[in-house]
Amino acid sequence: MIKEMVCVSCPIGCMLTVELNDQNEVLSVKGNTCKRGEQYAIDECTNPVRMLTSTVKVNGGKLPVVPVKTAKPIPKGKMFDCMQVINSTVVDAPVKMGDVLIQDICGTGIDIIATNEN
Amino acid sequence: MQYDVIVIGAGVIGTMITRELSKLDMKLVLVEKCGDVAMGSSKANSAIVHAGFDAENGSLKAKLNVQGASIMEYYCNKLAVPYKNIGSLVVAYSDEEMKTLEVLLDRGIKNGVPDMEIIGQEKLREMEPHISDEALGALWAPTAGIVSPYELTIAAAENAVMNGAEIRRNSGVNGIEYKDGMFSVSTETGVIEAKYVINCAGVFSDKVANMIGDTSFKIIPRKGEYYLLDKTECRLVNHVLFPCPSKMGKGILVTPTAHGNVLLGPTATDLDFDSKLNVETTASGLDEIKASVRKVIPQITTRNAITSFAGLRAHRVDGECDFIIEPSKANDRFINVAGIESPGLTAAPAIARYVGEMFKEMAPGYEKKVEFISTRPAPIKMAELSAEERAEIVKKDPRYGRIICRCEGITEGEIIDAIKAPCGARDIDAVKRRTRAGMGRCQGGFCGSKVLEILARELDIPMNEVTKYGNGSKILFDKTK
Amino acid sequence: MLKYDLVVIGGGPAGMAAALRARECGVQKIIILERAATLGGILEQCIHTGFGLHYFGEELSGPEYAYRFIEELKKTDIEVKVDTMVTDILSDNVVVATNNTDGILQIQATAIILAMGCRERPRGALDMPGSRAAGVMTAGTAQKYVNIDGYMPGKKIVILGSGDIGLIMARRMTLEGAKVEMVCELMPYSGGLTRNIVQCLDDLGIPLKLSCTVVKTHGLERLEGVTIANVDEYRRPIPGTEQYVECDTLLLSVGLIPENELTRMAGIEIDPITNGAIVDEYRQTSRPGIFACGNVLQVHDLVDYVTQESQIAGEGAAKYILSKKEANNADNTIRVKAESGVRYVVPQNINRSTDKDVKIYFRVADVYKDTSVVVTCGDEVIYKRKKRKLAPGEMENVAIKLDDIAKLSGNELTVKLEV
Repeated sequence: MIKEMVCVSCPIGCMLTVELNDQNEVLSVKGNTCKRGEQYAIDECTNPVRMLTSTVKVNGGKLPVVPVKTAKPIPKGKMFDCMQVINSTVVDAPVKMGDVLIQDICGTGIDIIATNEN
Repeated sequence: MQYDVIVIGAGVIGTMITRELSKLDMKLVLVEKCGDVAMGSSKANSAIVHAGFDAENGSLKAKLNVQGASIMEYYCNKLAVPYKNIGSLVVAYSDEEMKTLEVLLDRGIKNGVPDMEIIGQEKLREMEPHISDEALGALWAPTAGIVSPYELTIAAAENAVMNGAEIRRNSGVNGIEYKDGMFSVSTETGVIEAKYVINCAGVFSDKVANMIGDTSFKIIPRKGEYYLLDKTECRLVNHVLFPCPSKMGKGILVTPTAHGNVLLGPTATDLDFDSKLNVETTASGLDEIKASVRKVIPQITTRNAITSFAGLRAHRVDGECDFIIEPSKANDRFINVAGIESPGLTAAPAIARYVGEMFKEMAPGYEKKVEFISTRPAPIKMAELSAEERAEIVKKDPRYGRIICRCEGITEGEIIDAIKAPCGARDIDAVKRRTRAGMGRCQGGFCGSKVLEILARELDIPMNEVTKYGNGSKILFDKTK
Repeated sequence: MLKYDLVVIGGGPAGMAAALRARECGVQKIIILERAATLGGILEQCIHTGFGLHYFGEELSGPEYAYRFIEELKKTDIEVKVDTMVTDILSDNVVVATNNTDGILQIQATAIILAMGCRERPRGALDMPGSRAAGVMTAGTAQKYVNIDGYMPGKKIVILGSGDIGLIMARRMTLEGAKVEMVCELMPYSGGLTRNIVQCLDDLGIPLKLSCTVVKTHGLERLEGVTIANVDEYRRPIPGTEQYVECDTLLLSVGLIPENELTRMAGIEIDPITNGAIVDEYRQTSRPGIFACGNVLQVHDLVDYVTQESQIAGEGAAKYILSKKEANNADNTIRVKAESGVRYVVPQNINRSTDKDVKIYFRVADVYKDTSVVVTCGDEVIYKRKKRKLAPGEMENVAIKLDDIAKLSGNELTVKLEV
């Protein structure tokens, strides 16, 4: 099977052509202009991941919410499950940059961390 | 609640009349269906003080127009409203139109318009260096001017409240009954009673008159669309520039505004009776303006438009065209002030006096208030002050040092003033009309959310209850978390 | 009157980087004037990640990117005044500002760096007929409501314009529970980064409608829907293609405008294409001692480039302050011009006796494939490189070597595209 995709590793946006076998294993990647492009194509076809960012409710802070992100990219398919957990979480001020607000979200092994103070 | 007088409709006419009646010692209320005053034609019109050569000789319109033009400056000074006596030019592009100017001049002289003059191409070019080469001459009327119509309305409302009048907003009138010398007016915020009613309901004035069985006149909305251009464009035009008038009105004009922007418009499109809330702009209307103004000043483009909008003129379709300012045939304690389309804004101060006199004849018992306050204190406008004056004010109240609206230089202190004023602002557009926050080139992109926050804080309501212009015009939904 | 060596107007990424670099270069007394309540500028509300890939080699969120500079500033003696709005720049580089503690401030500066950023084009600037119902707002305004204030500005959303903020907001609103019906783009291509199209739209199944615009807004109080239509090659709506889309919110991501009110007031020459100041290789404007950087100079798509540009301005200001360097004289100036396919260049001027390589930044007018970027001086080709893809949404640059600049035979450089 042939898959076409745009590499988003950098702003150039190379058009990648990925050849896959029936087991969804990558046979070849064409069109990339750097190593990262090849890795991107393999990841996108076998285990697509995304950074997830949102906000978490804060009690007693300067602002009602604090921005958060996943410490590392999470599986693309788990974004909305993670959002549910994020939405039901409330933390107390003060929150510091980098504080872990949710540990191991949805069994991904990845934490949700604050990306600002509040 | 019982009152002596209920005024219906808080446009420039209703508020100016309420202010005039607040000189008398009585219980007075102004009811308005919208969340603020000046929400109809009074906030969306050409903002011109017309000299008075358009109206037919001998008409009430002609009389009140010329009178209004002569006393507008006095009222604007009293009420601290931006006004500039810049004069107007009716521009002719053909020999035939040059003849029309003669007709207008003649009519103006008969109407009592002072100091008019027909000027030739050379003089015109001197006065308006950017005018089209096709322009042959113009009718110069030095008594014409420009005014901020919604600020006049707001100022009159505030001054009326200072003098004891009540203003009930969000109180649309649903029905009127009359029994034993007393009107019973049911509004969206309850039934109120009064001995006299003054109908200033603008495009809805026929509907209000119908409530007491008066079907003597009919009003349709005649839509006018406008462009408002950035202040950078004010270099292109010095006076109010009209084309020669047609039967649909005075035509699409180009004019500076009292705040230094440039206004283009209006179009004139008659809508049906059911479209009295339709203030949508249209592609064809906006195109018409663009095409039309290029003929006047070729350099003008709408590339620097800040916004476009539409307003409705209360246009009579009962065969007559004069203002209706008289007690109703159906009930002589009910005064109709209807069909007030252009030059209604110009005439407003004169109409207020005229109705005041009419009321005193109708109800001679009311004493003059001794303590009537005729002036409204000028709101603080930081952007217009010198550095020293600003420093002085900030020292007393630091909130005047925090600029909220970058484009117009409006501070938190000014916004709070607008909210705390008599008949104060309750929504974002109301703050905008009072302070100009959000009126600039970013159109509230940055300050909108800050104004919303200040409104919520000062009115002690959640942020998602703040509206753009009352009723269902909410900005925010639920909290995200 | 207060006296500072350097006044930086704006405490966003541009202002912070410029101030820090000037300090590194030895400028003593520096103050940053910021109109918002915090440093960081628009980054504070850009909570998505993707910032810093070039500059830090890491994927940071907006506040994290800003935080690194805020922390750096704390380690210096650079002064910061927040909630302070500059209202005027007088002759002799006197800056007038106002805030609620000092009242009116007058600061005599040796040099000034303009770093006021940009603003979004509002609805009024588009010819969009229809009602004036609530619910039509810029994507950035919506972003503030969602990310800072914690309120949803809509539930059923149409986005006009596929600039990056529009794309980012499509994803943000969807994640927070809104339904984003579509993103309409007037042009036949998106103005946003490919990465954002993939991750903000494709991932979430949000359709991107190219050559499509909103021709009417509906609703008396809150927006009830919009009419969209396809546009022809001249960007005019095609009659008969209208389609009604029910929605309560229309977000606009239709372009950014550098905030050059102060620049204009100061009488500084403005480039009609960038809408920013005309500058030299150190980002000095037509007024000696006044520099400009970041989105107030040209709208960038990556904050990393803003940082780099601002460091150049900081360095330039330092040179000016420390050596009291005079303005470039016209004979010594090489003008850089944009031609065929190149919309604009920054810097527009290069000092022939400059002391460094100069990167010329530019944007192209359309999408081009396998096209060469060429820099010429008269008939002489100074630079030529083939690019596989060039798009208006992505800022490009070419580096001109110091040696080449010194050797130039003419006083005009032209940047253009060649197939």
